[in-house]
Amino acid sequence: MKTYLNQTTSAAPLAVFRMCFGIMMCFSIIRFWYHGWIDTLYIQPKFHFSYYGFEWVNPIGSYTYLLFVVCGISAFLVALGLKYRIAIITFFLSFTYIELMDKTTYLNHYYFISIMSFLMIFLPANAYFSIDNIFRKKTCISIPKWTIDSVKLLLGIVYFYAGLAKLNSDWLFKAMPLKIWLPSKYDLPLIGENLMQQNWFHHAMSWSGMLYDLAIPFLLLYKKTRKLAFLLVIIFHVFTRVLFPIGMFPFIMIVSTLIFLDIGFHEKIIKFFKRIISYKTLKFSIIENTNYNYKLRKPIVVLLGLFFCIQLVFPFRYMFYDNELFWTEEGYRFSWRVMLMEKMGISSFKIVNGETGDFFYVNNSDFLTPFQEKQMSFQPDFILEYAHYLGDHFTAQGHENVQIYVESYVALNGRLSQPFIDKDVNLYQEKESFKQKGWILPFQDEIKGL
Amino acid sequence: MITGRKIILVLITALVIVGCSSSSDDGPSSKTDDFNRGALLTNLVDNTIIPAFEDLQVKLLALKANKDVFIVAPNQINLEALRMSWIEAYKVWQSVEVFNIGKAEELQYSFQMNVYPTNVLDIENNISSGTYDLTNVNNNDAVGFPAVDYLLYGIGNDDMAILNKYLDIKYKNYLADVIDQMASLTQIVLDDWKTVYRTTFVNSIANTATSSLNKFVNDFIFYYEKGLRANKIGIPAGNFSTTPLPEKIEAFYNQDISKELALEALNAVQNLFNGKAYLSATIGESFKSYLNHLDRNDLVGLINTRFDDARQKIEALHDNFNIQINTDNTKMTQAFDALQLTVVSLKVDMLQAFNVSVDFVDADGD
Repeated sequence: MKTYLNQTTSAAPLAVFRMCFGIMMCFSIIRFWYHGWIDTLYIQPKFHFSYYGFEWVNPIGSYTYLLFVVCGISAFLVALGLKYRIAIITFFLSFTYIELMDKTTYLNHYYFISIMSFLMIFLPANAYFSIDNIFRKKTCISIPKWTIDSVKLLLGIVYFYAGLAKLNSDWLFKAMPLKIWLPSKYDLPLIGENLMQQNWFHHAMSWSGMLYDLAIPFLLLYKKTRKLAFLLVIIFHVFTRVLFPIGMFPFIMIVSTLIFLDIGFHEKIIKFFKRIISYKTLKFSIIENTNYNYKLRKPIVVLLGLFFCIQLVFPFRYMFYDNELFWTEEGYRFSWRVMLMEKMGISSFKIVNGETGDFFYVNNSDFLTPFQEKQMSFQPDFILEYAHYLGDHFTAQGHENVQIYVESYVALNGRLSQPFIDKDVNLYQEKESFKQKGWILPFQDEIKGL
Repeated sequence: MITGRKIILVLITALVIVGCSSSSDDGPSSKTDDFNRGALLTNLVDNTIIPAFEDLQVKLLALKANKDVFIVAPNQINLEALRMSWIEAYKVWQSVEVFNIGKAEELQYSFQMNVYPTNVLDIENNISSGTYDLTNVNNNDAVGFPAVDYLLYGIGNDDMAILNKYLDIKYKNYLADVIDQMASLTQIVLDDWKTVYRTTFVNSIANTATSSLNKFVNDFIFYYEKGLRANKIGIPAGNFSTTPLPEKIEAFYNQDISKELALEALNAVQNLFNGKAYLSATIGESFKSYLNHLDRNDLVGLINTRFDDARQKIEALHDNFNIQINTDNTKMTQAFDALQLTVVSLKVDMLQAFNVSVDFVDADGD
């Protein structure tokens, strides 16, 4: 262990990773703004769905734009390696704040970015080829090997756990949800009307997707298969990008996996950059240190060790809940369960006067955006939070003895829709917690597997 | 790393298959995308949309003709004839309102034809001022079938009083303008379907948020949920308010036809789902056959059962919804519940099966 921690390697891969990550993040923020999503997702909604314990994180009116500016600029500074430590901390905080504002927009890849940027706070990503080098007049050409390995480990966890999550009967034996998604791509050129419709193709894609996710970290680590593995990474992610509306994620993953490639490759990239900016002609006096020295190595190593333990264990927390994970989604998020389900629902809320029994239904579009309504309709924690919001709203309006009931139906992976929530439970009385939610009706089928 | 190599081999094989186009001889389970979405849209346009609009226009021209007669001689006989032609047109309207697409969407046609309850104050103000722009959004609740409903049944306590109103040229003018406007709007929409829009509509079969097929799927469900379930039954029955609102029923001034209109609408929706032509026995490609193609016969059966259940519940109601609500509103809410179950099947199960790109969700997925 000690010898491992003392091993060093070239600083180039981490420097390239830093630049790529920063540029990708900066571009993602600009793209998000360009599509008008800051307005539609964070400014327009009257009400935001919060993560349990983070109810205090909310959009801050038009200052939300400022938050995105801060986030975008810090990402750019990360790319430059200018005031790196402050920049990456700012990026981590602002990006995570943005993601915590409304869980309607939860995506695994946003979570990935949050924890990756957290990890990067503790890595010497500015040790080499950064503007900080110029100001400090020194650079390090080699850094502890474990720092680069930690990035690889996090990427490996993302892939491998995504693969583990696919080991279930719906994915492998029913080819669900690909069986629903692929045929609907009938308008793709060449393959839309034939290949996309084939039953064997849905199964082949399910199985190869699972094998890809499980195997790719190892193929990338093993020197002989590395180049091929990277080619597979490109093919896989480009293919998913063609098929699904997944935005920047494929590109972020492709660029991130560059870190697995050989040191020579990264040094070439840096040489290339140096040539572009005619690095030599800029006369700096930079002392080349060979080794990067951590000031607080021990606490950081312990902290990151803990971080990875949590990452390894956290996705299995669903085991504390009895019911079908896909149905109740208790322990579903933050576990690399990517594109596993086709789930839709409809939830009609009934506001009842507990004394008289008089009731009326709520028109969800009066309170929620279409996107929020869609996400709320099949996720129990959303339903509960919204029920409380409605209860507070109508109580404040002067309604008395307010009780909130929901009539909810959900369809999962092409099964007929079933009643989802016990319609006789007054949700206004139920509290959010990590305990099992007794008012979710049991799933009338079985999905075997992890 | 022998296992590693094997895995690579499997992966490569799988991905090479991706790259090649298929000439599969994979047994019975393999199929090509032989479902003809163009045929679905063609059946829709040629056998339902255009015939229904044509029929509506025939009925509106009859309404217009009877109106012309009535204006010259506002007597009881002519009033009866005018009312009859209004009822006939209103019934056909129930087969047309769902097609809020193309020219109809552009003109906000259905808002100019059937916003109810109509606004009596606006109508009377328009009449007394004598100057009005009927196409103005503010007049949406002072035109169309509901306005004519008021003008033919509601402006006086009895027929005598109503006929007396039409001694005033201003009332005659307003009635004429509203009816003429309905006919001319319908003509515009119909002409557009028959000349340019048909081709555009039939050829737009991609799976994008703006394609005909996807828009129509969305419009169909939206109409069923809002135009039929909520407007005709739910809102008057008080499902969305603390007390029932019987004054919000369709055809409030001639309440005796409220059930008839609701049943017309439900039949139209079910025929659309099953691909049955307007006023004929022809059956063509439809949501039903699309679902069958996707091996979802279970869903087809369930949806039709639920439509039938809802029809039974509506048939059990009084012809006059105002009377029904005031005597036994639970029957109204039961009808609502039955209609709601079909919303679940259409909005959740059918949408999931089609996996259409919906227009309202504009954000990245996972």
